[in-house]
Amino acid sequence: MKKLVFFIVFFWLFGLIIKLFTAFDSNQMIFDEILIKPNFSSWLGRDDYGRDIFHRLIDGFLNSFEIIFIVTAISSFIGVFIGVISGYFGGKLDQIVRYITTLFMAFPGILLAIAFAAILSPGKFNLILALSIGSWVGYARLARAQTILIKSLDFVKASKSMGGSHRLIIVNHILPSLKTPLTVEATYAIAGLIIAEASLSFIGLGLQAPMASWGGMMRDGVRFLLVSPHYALFVGLSIMSLVYCINYLGDFLHKKWDIKSSENK
Amino acid sequence: MQNNFPIIFFSSCLQVLGIFIVTFFILHLLPGDPIQVMLGESAALSDQVKLRAELGLDQPIYKQIINSFSQIMHGDFGNSIFTGAPIKEQIIFAMKNTYYLASAALIIAIILGITGGVIAAKYRGSSLDKVIINLSLFFISIPHFFLGPLLMLCFSIGFGWLPISGMDSPFSIVLPALTLSLGMLAIIIKMTRNCMIEIMESDTVRTARAKGMREWSITIHHIFRLVLIPLITIIGMQFGSLLSGAVITETLFSWNGLGMLLVNSIQMRDYPITQACIFVIAISYVLVNLLTEILYKIVDPRMKDI
Repeated sequence: MKKLVFFIVFFWLFGLIIKLFTAFDSNQMIFDEILIKPNFSSWLGRDDYGRDIFHRLIDGFLNSFEIIFIVTAISSFIGVFIGVISGYFGGKLDQIVRYITTLFMAFPGILLAIAFAAILSPGKFNLILALSIGSWVGYARLARAQTILIKSLDFVKASKSMGGSHRLIIVNHILPSLKTPLTVEATYAIAGLIIAEASLSFIGLGLQAPMASWGGMMRDGVRFLLVSPHYALFVGLSIMSLVYCINYLGDFLHKKWDIKSSENK
Repeated sequence: MQNNFPIIFFSSCLQVLGIFIVTFFILHLLPGDPIQVMLGESAALSDQVKLRAELGLDQPIYKQIINSFSQIMHGDFGNSIFTGAPIKEQIIFAMKNTYYLASAALIIAIILGITGGVIAAKYRGSSLDKVIINLSLFFISIPHFFLGPLLMLCFSIGFGWLPISGMDSPFSIVLPALTLSLGMLAIIIKMTRNCMIEIMESDTVRTARAKGMREWSITIHHIFRLVLIPLITIIGMQFGSLLSGAVITETLFSWNGLGMLLVNSIQMRDYPITQACIFVIAISYVLVNLLTEILYKIVDPRMKDI
């Protein structure tokens, strides 16, 4: 399994190096070679507009990761902020936050993202917004549970009795303890976001043509499944292999840091 | 706390209210005038006024909330903008299909998942165990929109055994149900295996063995009953992923369910249907969660006093 993961990682690194050195244009169309099978000049074949599938996969990878990076940054920041504040201060505020998080969790999976992406006009900014709306909740719950746990430990109590301000305790004691569980959570969340982003693009709510996106390519691939199954196959394999690698990394970090699941309701 | 059913029920009601408010404001989040977005900017003014009155958008916002809440409580979702037909009938029709599909997927996942998990636990460490574990890892990483085409390629195009999409033949359900079930199947296998192993080493089972009970009787009476408790929770929690996975799976296989209705309504900009679909999916998720929690307390008597 380890070998497989290394192979996949090297494959994408190789793709990125090619992108860096050749600066190909993934929108370049060759109409004579529409839906051509894999060959030496275009390694994974060409799509229904005669565009190189390999090049589009790499561009799709970059586009997806740009979005996923921003979504993860925004949602983890908001989630940690809300979670720490509500866990630390408790009381009425905590109850309100708990109610809001349970409300958000009443929408299964990507339904909330679909709802918002459907209403906002499609585009990069709105896609980021739609994905962020649902994904801060996981971080908030984790940060809240961890904060409550750390808050009751002796060294925090000692720091408080010596006159430590709220800010000092949060910044010096609570935030550092969040680092490892949050990294693991973020790894799994990124794997989920890859699928969520591709799903949104698959039903036409993500990045719009001609921008390359894996979900959009998958939709085209399914349309031409009878004629050229290699198209859908390559796109699906790339999404799956990447998700598999990231989940593998998550498991690895989880084991390495030996995180006990500290989630309590 | 002696009995916390009222609390669970109350929090579910709050969730329903929250879902209603979120879906209500979806229409108000539309950039610009929702009427112009739906009808197009060149629509006749009389049509615009008519639709505005029909959707109740000409009234103050608190009145709109009360009106639409009482409408939904009566099961009235309004009319479709394009066909003018009542949405209620479409939703009920789609709901039947989606539940049909979801329950088929659930049955596949439960039967295969528990069998696989029990086999893997009984033959722990063997090559059969490793095959089952690796297969479930594979199932968990494969997204619906890739698994579906793979199954189509294999069973419809390759062997020609099953219809590729649509709902005409009774066998049409096999591929979408399989697609939908595999993610859940993987989780059930993993859960059953880990729980079985833990319980097989517990004192209860050792005592039962010492008493001279038969192996299959131990498996059914002692092990399986304890495995059931975490399984119910995980199945209830995963039901949401079935519902959201149905959006992709139904679109892929042209299955006339809630997911396809949702995607079609989004593409046609028929927002009242979009609202109704999201509302119905979220509500059924909350109901299943409520049911899970009640069932959980019935199966596990230890939970009654907590």
